[in-house]
Amino acid sequence: MPKVKVDGVEIEVPQGATVLQACELAGKEIPRFCYHERLSIAGNCRMCLVEVKPGPPKPQASCALPANEGQEIRTDSEMVKKAREGVMEFLLINHPLDCPICDQGGECDLQDQSVAYGRGGSRYDESKRAVTTKNMGPLIKTTMTRCIHCTRCVRFSEEIAGVDEIGAIYRGENMQITTYLEKAASHEMSANVIDLCPVGALTSRPYAFEARPWELKKTIGIDVSDAVGSNIRIDSRGREVLRVLPRVNDDVNEEWISDKARYQVDGLTKRRLDKPFLRKDGKLVAVSWQEAFSAIASLNPGNSIAAVAGDMLDCETMFAAKKLLGALGSSLLEGRQTGMDYDCSSLAAVNFNTGFNDIETADAILIVGSQVRTEAPLVNVRLRKAVKRGAKVFLIGPEWETTFGGEFLGEDLSVLNQLPQHAWDALSAAKRPAMIVGGAGLGRGGLEASLSIASQLKLVRELEDGSTWNGFNVLHLSAARMGGLMLGYAQKGGIADLVAAAPKVLLALGADEVDFTKFANSMVVYIGHHGDKGAHAADVILPAAAYTEKNGTYVNTEGRVQLSDKAVFAPGDAREDWTILRAMADAFGVSVGFDNFEELRAAMAAEVPALGSEGLADYGHDLPAGGGSASGVIAYPIKDFYLTNPIARASAVMQQCSAELLHGEEIAEAAE
Amino acid sequence: MADRYIEPDTPEMRARWGNFAWTPENAEKSKDVLSRYPEGRQRSAVMPLLDLAQRQVGAEENTQGWLPIPVMEYVAAYLDMPIIRVVEVATFYTMYNIAPIGRFHVQVCGTTPCMLRGSDDLISACKKRGMKAGHISEDGLWSFTEVECMGNCASAPMVQINDDNYEDLTAERLDKVLDALAAGETPKAGTQEPGRHTVEPVGGPTTLKDMVTENHDYRGEW
Repeated sequence: MPKVKVDGVEIEVPQGATVLQACELAGKEIPRFCYHERLSIAGNCRMCLVEVKPGPPKPQASCALPANEGQEIRTDSEMVKKAREGVMEFLLINHPLDCPICDQGGECDLQDQSVAYGRGGSRYDESKRAVTTKNMGPLIKTTMTRCIHCTRCVRFSEEIAGVDEIGAIYRGENMQITTYLEKAASHEMSANVIDLCPVGALTSRPYAFEARPWELKKTIGIDVSDAVGSNIRIDSRGREVLRVLPRVNDDVNEEWISDKARYQVDGLTKRRLDKPFLRKDGKLVAVSWQEAFSAIASLNPGNSIAAVAGDMLDCETMFAAKKLLGALGSSLLEGRQTGMDYDCSSLAAVNFNTGFNDIETADAILIVGSQVRTEAPLVNVRLRKAVKRGAKVFLIGPEWETTFGGEFLGEDLSVLNQLPQHAWDALSAAKRPAMIVGGAGLGRGGLEASLSIASQLKLVRELEDGSTWNGFNVLHLSAARMGGLMLGYAQKGGIADLVAAAPKVLLALGADEVDFTKFANSMVVYIGHHGDKGAHAADVILPAAAYTEKNGTYVNTEGRVQLSDKAVFAPGDAREDWTILRAMADAFGVSVGFDNFEELRAAMAAEVPALGSEGLADYGHDLPAGGGSASGVIAYPIKDFYLTNPIARASAVMQQCSAELLHGEEIAEAAE
Repeated sequence: MADRYIEPDTPEMRARWGNFAWTPENAEKSKDVLSRYPEGRQRSAVMPLLDLAQRQVGAEENTQGWLPIPVMEYVAAYLDMPIIRVVEVATFYTMYNIAPIGRFHVQVCGTTPCMLRGSDDLISACKKRGMKAGHISEDGLWSFTEVECMGNCASAPMVQINDDNYEDLTAERLDKVLDALAAGETPKAGTQEPGRHTVEPVGGPTTLKDMVTENHDYRGEW
């Protein structure tokens, strides 16, 4: 632990820290462009210059200089001030003065730092460099004249995303950042370079010229496009969500989000259900809330009622529906829409037990039936880090393009019954072995066979440092899954049990992936926000709120309970889901035991205490023994990464991404 | 620096170079090059292999050689590395030609020592032959680039033509060299000053004269 002096104050810094980190620990702000905590050190912007003794009598780039015992660092000397002014002046030589028409304006590192550390005036009156704008696909808008060559985007795509797409070609003054032959950046995390770009060179194409940052209301939220539960910031103006940005949470999404999480939000204003509808003579007609409720109540279902939860539901909605059904005497609850019926008696057996942070430290990983890259792009980032540390990865399932190498052992689940010897040896020799079972690996005996491997390999073990390592993981696909399972949204036989019960009324809570033809004799009441598959099959549509329009509790696939806030109001007559279910209880003449949201949350916390506090829910480490054999060819559930949920399917941006990036259609560009 | 650009990717280019592959000799050479790098570091061979590919292209079309996009893709695939990393290397170093080039690439040094010794005359001599920066002359023989210091200041002015340097030039001497090249001959590389071998002082040594005949010990005279 070296001791250094920063501006005369002595502090102790961790071994291996850089001078920049030492200055930050001492509370000094060091301006920087190329340096980023999560990327490798480039040291090419020179903005972080400080004075360091002992050393050459000149300013030094603090981001690339290790902090050593006895260093005297000055960040406030005349030399440092002059050095910063000089670097700033050089950077601005070729940077256009187009801040008024630049989307980065107001949240631009260059703008902020030139105000804070620049000279205030320019002495440059020669011609400025101009660079042609590059195509980087439907999500990233480029204005390369603004580029200051920090190479953060290059390092991100190489190091974090693992897809070498962006590079810096030519050299010196002619250096240009581009994708190869200006092809679209097409991996699932590509838009993160927009956040990384310290200037306005890479900006958001769908959000171009929409708003200035200071006009936006910022709300803390949780993403529901996959089961990772990425922490997001929802930026809204008036009644519209304009964009979604990642929030930093080192345990979940670090500071990235997937392109779907970021850009599906334009779907929130399209195909919305904003009035109640009732099917009359085979046609859906707009009706009043009163009429819709009396139509349902007149059926008088009694306990012949069931509920299916959709993939993006908050726990409060599921709990309210559970209470309603309970009051009516039914417990027909199911959340696994596509008919899966794996055993959920132990939640530890269907949870991502290792956690996203610790999976990075695993040294041998077996992935069963999960195309991690599309199912959970942020977990894929973690796996890449694990492999960089030396982990061996084996995969069972059809081959897909991984970003971390790995060896495919076969396409059929039966590989689980008898793993190849070398894979078995690698896993049993590992100190921190892990398994990840994906959606496609759960059914057909896959979960049980995986659990049996888990117990043979002793995936739950005590590590040398005394902590418990639980290497058994299930990677779910839907944001509502773990919350649903905690609330009992699982029948023994899956959704087939609901079909067998033939309920008079089926509550489809944002459920769009259900095969509704099997419920032909039930009245399907769709409570949701988008006119998608569920609404098409519904007899009654009750318009509800999307994830940005309600407070909610979400549990991600590692069992992490997180709260999301309401950013905007739902459109038209749409109401928050729990109020609809509360009103329905009145229509049925039963009591559910809560009258406002606080009471609902309190009742939920009383019933499932884990949902009452943020953080990881404890499911214990006891895994069922499993056993049996698995068979069947694995087919990954996600066919189109950009169109997996009703919001994304309604989003023009996601449709364009799907068409251009996945299906190779001609680039649809507006005439400019 | 001269303006450089990658020759655009066109169907014609794909048709001409799309099935580029090493010739048998170059396949041998490329294996030899690869073997110089430790296991797992084969990508380091990208520079020698790009040079080899450029020479093979040159041999095929009888020019100095350049790197069409499909050829860069071939090298990338050969080394199993991302194509953008290969393009970065090829566009960074000016000895890789990334656009078509003539039979002879005349690179005239125009930095101060050469300029003081008359490189302007050399440039106008080149221009007289139809050479123009960034273009191939109409007969396909010449490409012209004005470059910065090539490190031959002791025998300035100089030009580099393909793999050889020609030094101590005047407009007339350069004309002779270019004529010889155009006629298919191989002019003597290096200094063109009669009686000079390399960059030794013209007219005999001016310092350390006693060292000419014996290993003279100067230490007592300091």
